[in-house]
Amino acid sequence: MKLSYEQVKHIAWLARLGLSEAEVERFSLQLSDILENFEILKEVNTTDVPPATQTVPLQNVFREDNVAKSYPQNEVLANAANKEENCFKVQAILE
Amino acid sequence: MNELCQLTIHEAHELLKRRGISSVELTKATLKRVDELESKVHACVTITEDIALKAAEKVDNYIKTSNEITPLTGIPTLIKDVICTKGIRTTCSSKMLENFIPPYNATVIEKLKAQKAVIIGKTNMDEFAMGSSTEHSAFFPTHNPWDLSRVPGGSSGGSAVGIATDEAIYALGSDTGGSIRQPAGFCSVVGLKPTYGRVSRFGLVAFASSLDQIGPITKDVTDCALVMNAIAGYDPRDSTSVPYPVPDYTRQLIPDLKGLRIGIPQEYFVEGMQKEVRAALELAIGKLQELGAEIDWEAHLPHTKYALAAYYILAPSEASANLARYDGVKYGFSHQNASNVIETTEKTRQFGFGPEVKRRIMLGTYALSAGYYDAYYLKAQKVRTLIKQEFDQAFQKYDALVAPTSPTTAFKLGEKLEDPMQMYLSDVCTLPINIAGIPAISIPAGFANGLPIGMQIMGKPFDEETLLHIAFAYEQATDWHKRKPPL
Repeated sequence: MKLSYEQVKHIAWLARLGLSEAEVERFSLQLSDILENFEILKEVNTTDVPPATQTVPLQNVFREDNVAKSYPQNEVLANAANKEENCFKVQAILE
Repeated sequence: MNELCQLTIHEAHELLKRRGISSVELTKATLKRVDELESKVHACVTITEDIALKAAEKVDNYIKTSNEITPLTGIPTLIKDVICTKGIRTTCSSKMLENFIPPYNATVIEKLKAQKAVIIGKTNMDEFAMGSSTEHSAFFPTHNPWDLSRVPGGSSGGSAVGIATDEAIYALGSDTGGSIRQPAGFCSVVGLKPTYGRVSRFGLVAFASSLDQIGPITKDVTDCALVMNAIAGYDPRDSTSVPYPVPDYTRQLIPDLKGLRIGIPQEYFVEGMQKEVRAALELAIGKLQELGAEIDWEAHLPHTKYALAAYYILAPSEASANLARYDGVKYGFSHQNASNVIETTEKTRQFGFGPEVKRRIMLGTYALSAGYYDAYYLKAQKVRTLIKQEFDQAFQKYDALVAPTSPTTAFKLGEKLEDPMQMYLSDVCTLPINIAGIPAISIPAGFANGLPIGMQIMGKPFDEETLLHIAFAYEQATDWHKRKPPL
């Protein structure tokens, strides 16, 4: 599987990951090399094998819906780059 | 070097209990060691000297009036910088979290604090725990104390080096594909990856949530058991932690292996493994036999060769989803000069993440994207089922499996940095264990040309006790763990 320049750009867009031109070139080569190594999985017969999402003997973990103390607003906001009136501040999302 | 920082947990505990030393003396000894060595090895991202000394003073006051102290009381520790510490910067060795100060503690930190542990610093790692050499730290690479021109392994390289050099008495690491065991092997210390679900992941910055576990890095096996006693157990804040009772992990530390059946999976003695590593493992396995274990040299796990590909689909896929949270809004690095919200997100991630993290986000996003999901992600999940089943079957026959921790000794700094596939291959013996969710420990098992060799012991889910039993018996019969790097 060879990844083209356009495919790399498209994946980066899906991931909202800015890349320099040099990075796009490099990833096109490196990711192609890595994907080639994944071809080996085609050898494995997985007919009727269920997928594993996890390994612990647990399913549907529930808990009581108890009211608990939340973190103070100033502590939650302390690590934000932009804030205003006790809110996180972001650029306009709707035009 | 002063002798205090060379103590193990159990030795230091005895001295503290008899009031032969104080926690302040012990803490100062480790801080002095940090001061002497950091310019050479670069194991730490943050040193918390003031906080540590204050905590140690409090502990000493407590010890004065207390008859019973717990094994970790007053003992200095280093914490991998992927584990959240309230009020102490937690960077994941990433520019993205360079100034992030968590408002809460991870559950393991709460548990250590309940035992009155003294945290002296946070250790360097591959950015977001993605890497096998600690060279992917955004700040600086950590150096192997056995040969400063070599890598310490990764991603918990800083924690392994901190313990190998006696900068602290014990450390915590995290292991997603070998990140505790491989650096433990490269640095000649003990490192345990517990069963998935045994130790709470609450407050562990997520890399691949179905694979990540926190575990101890220590100077000997007894210490490993003591740290497990402190950190293991169910946590309602981690819905994947399992509510099984926690045993006393020291109760099976006996120097005799009679009645134990150990399998040696041939697939782990891979092509391209160093002949010195193979020779050291054969000697070590011979020793296990002398100690009474029944060895089957012909155990087989035929799906092992597919584990690497499955892992490097599953782990990056989970990572690409987990790391979507870094958008520069609520915390972390935030690019300020973009014209709209999408550009802000893209630039924040472009300048906040390093090359390996970007590579894995790309790989994971691709494997999960429309048209490729079935061929990559779903296929890898099915292979995961087969690998898990194969281990389950093996453990019907054997109490444990033994293999090398890594196919080679520590490689040179820079050697694999530009070739990601070669770097990934250095995890080939450790990552099947995370895929299956089982526990495994790496212990010192020899040297080749002055470089440490690790032996990996794998066990049944939630049977860390048998691993510690085998590791302890081997340790008692050898003295590899007593050797110190030539610094």
